[in-house]
Amino acid sequence: MIALDWFVEIASWIAIVMGSAFMLIGAVGTLRFPDFWSRVHAVSVTDSAGMLLLTLGMCIQGGFTLVTVKLIIIGVFLFITGPTATHAVANAALVSGFLPKGADKVRRKISAKETDKKKVKKKKTTTLKRKL
Amino acid sequence: MFLTAAIALFIGMIIVLIRLYAGPTLYDRVLAGNAFGTYTVLFIGVLGFLTGRPDFLDIALLYALINFVGTIAILKYFRYRAIGDTSPAPRGTPAANGRLNDRGAKS
Repeated sequence: MIALDWFVEIASWIAIVMGSAFMLIGAVGTLRFPDFWSRVHAVSVTDSAGMLLLTLGMCIQGGFTLVTVKLIIIGVFLFITGPTATHAVANAALVSGFLPKGADKVRRKISAKETDKKKVKKKKTTTLKRKL
Repeated sequence: MFLTAAIALFIGMIIVLIRLYAGPTLYDRVLAGNAFGTYTVLFIGVLGFLTGRPDFLDIALLYALINFVGTIAILKYFRYRAIGDTSPAPRGTPAANGRLNDRGAKS
């Protein structure tokens, strides 16, 4: 029994300390990252890894009681809604016209390639017309 | 153990609040508000364990529900300038011929 108690203590320690570390890392990333899209990336760490590890640690501490059931409900709910809300924010930002850094360059390259293709097509059509 | 988690969550909440205050765009603020809600839910749970009376988990669950609905409502409001029905009115109804279009502006 004593060995089981030790195991429970150590497991919940590991889970809770790792969860706290993930939450802190996510918060610092939210503050320090330069761009909106990279901040989305930082917040998703807290929503998935930190939340799951903290809830798991609290579940291990709670034992087989009603508290654990409530914690599991909270964990499942946050696991579903956190990424959904983050995706909604990112989608709203994308729809409203925000672009990641460097997306302008890529778009310019793609549009330049497309214009090149159009020019080639035009040349082909002109040569065809001449032949006709 | 729970004291460590509570301190880490508290520092994280303060940092996220700084981002919520300083966020250059609206979406930064909404993102920080959503993250702050997640932090608060976990903080309430940890605080219950810390004081040895984990009875506050109902409040944490309620806070999680309100946080999600609030984030979606804020996003919808800033997209459509209305929280209620934002679908365009069907043809032939007075609202379709009338004054308001789907963004709440005069057509």
